[in-house]
Amino acid sequence: MISATDLRLTFGKGTPLENPALRGMSLTVNQGEFVTVIGSNGAGKSTFLNALAGEVLVDSGQIIVDNLDVTKLPTHKRAGRVARVFQDPLAGTCEGLTIEENLALAIKRGQRRGLTSAVKRQYMEKFKDSLSSLNLGLEKRLGDKMGLLSGGQRQAVSLLMASLTPSSILLLDEHTAALDPKTAAFVLELTTKIIEEQKLTALMVTHSMKQALEVGSRTVMLHQGEVVFDIEGKDREGLEVKDLLGLFEKQRGLEVDDDSLLLG
Amino acid sequence: MLSNIALYGAIETGLIYGLVAFGIYLSFRVLDFPDLTVDGSFPLGAAVAAVLIIEGWNPWLATGCAVMAGMAAGAVTALLNVKLKILNLLASILTMIALYSVNLRIMGRPNVALLTEETVLTPWYDLDLAYHQVPVLLFIIVVFVALILLWRFMKSETGLAMRATGANARMARAQGIATGAMIVLGVAVSNGLVGLAGALFAQSQGAADVTMGVGVIVIGLASLIGGEAVVTPSSVLRALIACVVGAIIYRLAIAFALNADFLGLQAQDLNLITAVLVTLAIVLPGVRTSIANRLTRNKA
Repeated sequence: MISATDLRLTFGKGTPLENPALRGMSLTVNQGEFVTVIGSNGAGKSTFLNALAGEVLVDSGQIIVDNLDVTKLPTHKRAGRVARVFQDPLAGTCEGLTIEENLALAIKRGQRRGLTSAVKRQYMEKFKDSLSSLNLGLEKRLGDKMGLLSGGQRQAVSLLMASLTPSSILLLDEHTAALDPKTAAFVLELTTKIIEEQKLTALMVTHSMKQALEVGSRTVMLHQGEVVFDIEGKDREGLEVKDLLGLFEKQRGLEVDDDSLLLG
Repeated sequence: MLSNIALYGAIETGLIYGLVAFGIYLSFRVLDFPDLTVDGSFPLGAAVAAVLIIEGWNPWLATGCAVMAGMAAGAVTALLNVKLKILNLLASILTMIALYSVNLRIMGRPNVALLTEETVLTPWYDLDLAYHQVPVLLFIIVVFVALILLWRFMKSETGLAMRATGANARMARAQGIATGAMIVLGVAVSNGLVGLAGALFAQSQGAADVTMGVGVIVIGLASLIGGEAVVTPSSVLRALIACVVGAIIYRLAIAFALNADFLGLQAQDLNLITAVLVTLAIVLPGVRTSIANRLTRNKA
């Protein structure tokens, strides 16, 4: 279980560019939940994810991941509990390393690394099994450099890497946004499949309201660094984008002016 | 053309600079950390080894201490960068400058002669080999051992974590890798290798001198880039072999240039020739363009 309580974070404090990104953000995600997170630009979606991952440390508030207070821990000390897929398909993998080396890095996520050989023979079966589930033929290309793969292929491998070892939560940061529509659909389908099969707890930030309602079991909308609404179960079933917008306007008493939310 | 002695001399120095190139490969290529500390850690290794040998230490033990001293220097540079957030290039320049004073302190004077002392080479002269062949044999063994150890390390879990740190630090952190610690370890090992090179150089040349580090970084880079042009570094092993090949080719090229009377070059032109060779290696068409691109971009 993940619980974030009253997170506050201001960038550029004391400067003319002072920007309060999180203003009392609280969210609890239960074991096995798949939460989609929406919000306009500047709502604090990415900052929230970065705060959970440890890339930024919050000014105040508390983050607890499976009974461990991680609020002050740097990224690499949380990595055993928090798995992550980035928006940029090139960010989640190392292009200069081979596919098997990238997977070997991921299989030791959050664990001690020693001086034994990194790419071990006993990993091979697991690597091949998980790669063949992608149906991209990558299981025959274990020794190829990651840089030879397309963006979509690399994002699919990033997803595999994030799910290769157990985590308390999987963070997906608009991980289909930089892909073409067809590849995005493939990666999204793969995401839901992996999350369902492995019963993962996941938090997916998306720019598309449609996507937010189509996948997952719960949807949270952020606005100005806070949760404005949080729907799940019966309330969420059959909900459409226009209902979400209506909900948002009712909650805030304002008009949605971000076209990308509507178009997404 | 080259005399036998000049040829062996070039190979001998080339092997020593192969160790420097290993170190530069580790910092510049693996960690993407432009480290100029080597100009200081090379004479540091020489100074430590020379002083300890004169004190009567076992020359191998003295050489080991030189490696440790180099590693400490590298660790200082890396910590300036990681902990105090000083730009990596600047951090290395600060350590390099500081080492000039440190080296003078260690030696107590600008140079220390080793001509009559027992060095790591002394027992090898009993072998039935020509005088100028002995250092080549010993240094081949040292470079070979260093290459195998480095190669195995790069393939290990920690080594792979280090490669990920240089290639994609954000991804490395997300995989639970302490990137700061990896930079400290990597730059330390890099300078340890350079310290070893300095210690061996002092013992084969018969002296340690406080100015012997000037331009080591450029020679190391020349070796690295030249080697990569000849041996495509598609794997870690090939990249390491490229370092040694590049260093030997570089020393041979220098020896030829100085021996070719029609060019009219003299020993004092060495740095000029080096700069020209490095420039040629970077800009010449057909030389691996990706590397050239990277270097010109980084320097801009």
